Amino acid sequence: MVAERRKVYGLGARFESASEIYQAAKKVRDKGFRRWDVHTPFPVHGMDAAMGLKHSVLGKFVFFGGIIGFITAVCLQFIPSAIIYPLIVQGKPFGIYSIPAYFPIIFELTILFSALTTVGGMFALNGLPRWHHPVFNWDGFGRFSDDAFIVVIEAADPKFTELGTREFLEELGAKEITLIHE
Amino acid sequence: MAKTEILEMGPNPTAEEPLPRIPLVLNNRSMAWITQRICGIVEGPTPIWWIVTFIISVILASICFACIGYMIVTGVGVWGLNHPVGWAWDITNFVFWIGIGHAGTLISAVLFLTRQKWRTSINRAAEAMTLFAVVCAGIFPGIHVGRIWMVWFLAPVPNSNAIWPNFKSPLLWDVFAVSTYFTVSLMFWFVGLIPDLATLRDRATNKIAKLAYGFFALGWRGGNRQWRHYEMAYLILAGISTPLVLSVHSVVSFDFATSVIPGWHTTIFPPYFVAGAIFGGFAMVLTLMLPARAIYGLHDLITPKHVDVMCKIILLTGTIVGYAYCLEFFTAAYSVNPYEQWVFLRNRMADPYIFSKLFDVPVAPYWWAYWAMMTLNVISPQIFWFKKARHNVFVVFAVCMCVNVGMWFERFVIIVTSIHRDFLPSSWGMFSPTWVDIWTFVGTFGLFMSLFLLFIRFLPMIAISEVKGVLPEADPHYQGPKGPQSGQLAQPEEARV
Repeated sequence: MVAERRKVYGLGARFESASEIYQAAKKVRDKGFRRWDVHTPFPVHGMDAAMGLKHSVLGKFVFFGGIIGFITAVCLQFIPSAIIYPLIVQGKPFGIYSIPAYFPIIFELTILFSALTTVGGMFALNGLPRWHHPVFNWDGFGRFSDDAFIVVIEAADPKFTELGTREFLEELGAKEITLIHE
Repeated sequence: MAKTEILEMGPNPTAEEPLPRIPLVLNNRSMAWITQRICGIVEGPTPIWWIVTFIISVILASICFACIGYMIVTGVGVWGLNHPVGWAWDITNFVFWIGIGHAGTLISAVLFLTRQKWRTSINRAAEAMTLFAVVCAGIFPGIHVGRIWMVWFLAPVPNSNAIWPNFKSPLLWDVFAVSTYFTVSLMFWFVGLIPDLATLRDRATNKIAKLAYGFFALGWRGGNRQWRHYEMAYLILAGISTPLVLSVHSVVSFDFATSVIPGWHTTIFPPYFVAGAIFGGFAMVLTLMLPARAIYGLHDLITPKHVDVMCKIILLTGTIVGYAYCLEFFTAAYSVNPYEQWVFLRNRMADPYIFSKLFDVPVAPYWWAYWAMMTLNVISPQIFWFKKARHNVFVVFAVCMCVNVGMWFERFVIIVTSIHRDFLPSSWGMFSPTWVDIWTFVGTFGLFMSLFLLFIRFLPMIAISEVKGVLPEADPHYQGPKGPQSGQLAQPEEARV
């Protein structure tokens, strides 16, 4: 590792339980770090607050997705039924009294567009797909998806110093601390 | 089925709480154990039983496609359809399969919103089952139109004939409902799979597996900055899937309810169909999960508690369905509409032994189908009032098979018995299936099983990250000792601190 002059991405620290990493995250937050993350096998309850993160904005995207779905369905049905190809079935022309018959498709398309926005928005906010990331350079990182709880503090953080941050992570009780290269 | 289990689940006498919580994962298993257990199924060698079952399933699926090909080349006349029965096994099978598909979304969405944590052990397999059932269901409305090359007429696309579909038709609503349902279920399932695909990627030892799982895991890193959007996405998907799952079978029921056929023209159909769908779907979940759990030894993850609650849901929905059957009959009687009364009494209910004599009417031609439906759907689940029955896997499996058959009969009764006697006696006739009808239907089971077998072979059939999330030590305020290593029995007091 001495010979390698690759750029340092950050420091990774492994903890062994959800409660340990929860306490550690609160201290990292209080220390004032900004560019760091907690990698866990499952979403740890209350971790957003422990990391000082705000509520996800995804819901707002989905609201607009739903509205677009609604408008799409209204146009898709009303334009052909009222203008292009008026169809009188069972004596019921297009009009205010036959509108309930258009509700099922309006409902389904609202749902469909909301769901597509939810998944698309989640991918966009999470930066997925991104098949390569510096954290994968740490061989032990793969344990996050098994039973390891990992804190990674990036070197890009203004408060990051290789020695100081390592000491700080040691104080927090990390079981293993590694330098991660880009 | 390896063994009958009757586990004691009574209150622990040494506990301080009056009603201790039953752990969702038995024997205080560690997270590493859960990962190993579930991924081990995928990573291990292919078992002989799997190969044998898969070959049989693929052969059946091929028969299905051969029958469909024959039908398309020859025409729908190869089915038993004729005047007056223009809809029979095709639509029966469609409603049967789409009904089965409802349990998966119910488990993943409705039980998620109601915070039923036990869903984590069964939701993945149930969602997969949903997708495969919808695939099987989608075949029938596609092919029953006869001229399948005209099926694009269903889509609202501008064409040179300047013809647009009738948006007021329930058949078109069906197209939108079922395709939306499939798309949303697929996305829901895939979003749930991402963290587990990452687990498989991180464990993979051979290059192909690492590439394949890595590709679909999308580079998931499990960072909390990802989890917060992920959890929000999951919550929103659950929130919008809940009305969706209720709407899909309602729309399916509109195919019948908006017509003027006695026996179909009923306002009770939407809730009645939804309850029936959940009922049939849970039975199919248990039908698949009980053998899978026995074969793969997943008794610590799919515990007697899980089976117990699912049996209670089957009992509840089965009783709702029974209520709907009775209410339909009551409505017909109370309406004093001779055609409605005719359908229910003379087409369905009048068996040769009791009701035909009681009401002094001729025997109904389809009395056996009606009473098969009643017995299998309404009477058989009533055994689940008894805890002993809910904890005996053989009884549970037998009842689920009864429900599977019964729910098919329900759709057959609704569809065929209502239309086999038209308003004029000159347009009366019976329906009998041809070999093409039968093998197309049997073949869809082959398709369903092939897809399900591929799923349990290559994907984690239990949601690993979600099960970990409901362990006691997943709570950040968990103070107790770290659980003993796998294999040791838990001390209930320790696990519950």
